[in-house]
Amino acid sequence: MGGLRDLYQEVILEHSKVPRNYREIAGADHKAEGFNPLCGDRFTVYLHLDGETIRDISFQGSGCAISKASASMMTQTLKGKTRDEAEKLFGKFHDLVTGQGHPSESEMGKLAVFSGVSEFPARVKCATLAWHTLQAALEGQQDAVSTE
Amino acid sequence: MAVAKFPDFAQPEVHDYNVERVRADFPILHQKVHGHPLVYLDNAATTQKPRQVIDAITHYYEHDNANIHRGVHTLSQRATDEYEHARRTAQEFLGAEDCREIIFVRSTTEAINLVAQTYGRQNLKPGDEVLITAMEHHSDIVPWQMICEEKQAKLRVAPINEAGELILEDFERLLTSKTKLVAIAHLSNALGTVNPVRRFVEMAHAKNIPVMVDGAQAVARLPVNVRELDCDFYAFSGHKIYGPTGIGVLYGKLALLEAMPPYQGGGDMISSVAFERTVYNKVPHKFEAGTPDISGPIGLKAALDYVTRLGIENIERHENELLEYATKRVSALPGIRLIGTAKNKAGVLSFVMEGVHPHDIGTILDQEGIAIRTGHHCAQPVMERYGIPATARASFGLYNTREEIDALVSGIKKVQEVFG
Repeated sequence: MGGLRDLYQEVILEHSKVPRNYREIAGADHKAEGFNPLCGDRFTVYLHLDGETIRDISFQGSGCAISKASASMMTQTLKGKTRDEAEKLFGKFHDLVTGQGHPSESEMGKLAVFSGVSEFPARVKCATLAWHTLQAALEGQQDAVSTE
Repeated sequence: MAVAKFPDFAQPEVHDYNVERVRADFPILHQKVHGHPLVYLDNAATTQKPRQVIDAITHYYEHDNANIHRGVHTLSQRATDEYEHARRTAQEFLGAEDCREIIFVRSTTEAINLVAQTYGRQNLKPGDEVLITAMEHHSDIVPWQMICEEKQAKLRVAPINEAGELILEDFERLLTSKTKLVAIAHLSNALGTVNPVRRFVEMAHAKNIPVMVDGAQAVARLPVNVRELDCDFYAFSGHKIYGPTGIGVLYGKLALLEAMPPYQGGGDMISSVAFERTVYNKVPHKFEAGTPDISGPIGLKAALDYVTRLGIENIERHENELLEYATKRVSALPGIRLIGTAKNKAGVLSFVMEGVHPHDIGTILDQEGIAIRTGHHCAQPVMERYGIPATARASFGLYNTREEIDALVSGIKKVQEVFG
């Protein structure tokens, strides 16, 4: 059960059951929809920017425990960060869940709990869906982003 | 010598279907996944292959490989004979009247596209309708959508009830003078519903509407006889009946096939070519352009022989027992809701678990060595109908055992443990 416990850490399960910032931002200035056609996960990410700084960020939608917890913790982490910092953190997060680089715990903060995903290649797309959607929202893409 | 004709007595019931002996024929089953014996319950996606199929393909490549229908040399003749022999095996397996009614294609999907692009293109006019059902696989939706769009025809959808059964009255009401073709699944891949195809064919034929049946899930699980069903087209894939991927069969009534234009142009589908005019080959070759997958039909023949030797009725009985047992055990678990509870079901158990996404169920079961499918099963409209994004689906094959159902149940309990 080692691998499973690494994947489904308590923090992840807790976020998937009680997701943070799970709401719509009325009049969001950035918004995008993300979709994983493989499993049907679908999220909308809402942003309110103040210059380059993310003042508010939220999400809504449906998905598995990994994708929902990832979206929830992403919104928690990014509030108050700049666009640039968000982009950089996505790069590190991607390295973490694909097991490519080994970003330090101080770099990742709470997001380090997702390191277990790297043992489950089929679940990488679940962990990164919200982040891809965030990127699309920041870039102002109109079409829903797809993980495929 | 005159042969005495005996009346057909019912075959004695075979109660000693020996699943362990069957399992010994499937090399892939004897392995561990994540430290547990593999429990393969994803047979609706694809089935495993017995040694007999693997050997037939190997034997072909080691001894008989040559191009077909065009050589005078020995190997070409052997390859042609084997390829055409496979056609007769498929004909007998489906109970078709004539082996020219059997067209080799890549898959069920290609068979449906073939009919849509030939029969559909020839017969659909603006305002006409094609009738499908709410439980179709994407492959029995999209090809019709494409040709309907091209021909400005309309795609109509017969609804299903909460149990996942077609509503007969609604189906009949949707058969109108505008309907030019009906396409229907024999067995639903997402719900497990067995459709009363014979009944639907009667209703459609009463209004002179031809019927195409998607038999992808049915052929490996139920006895199929196209003459008894009286359907006009029937399609299935080799890989869902213990044969190789990349080979499928389209059955069509001869008169219909002969009236249809070719699907693709190329070698083998012609009888003479000049720049001014080409004369097409006869059915079935008219629909088999280019060098086909020759090992495909050879592997498929071995698979159909294998299933026939075990007896499709015995397989049906074995799988029905498994489905009944699995339904009883899985539905008794807390927080489980079955999706698809038709009276007449086969081979497929789709379910959702309260508070747990099917994808998470799939990952946890995989860690126990259990392979199931999670997702929308290429049937998004079915998921929409039930208001769910996805289901977990266990689907059974002729080699599955009650012990494997027990492992599935223990696996589901583990999911509930993890998600507490």
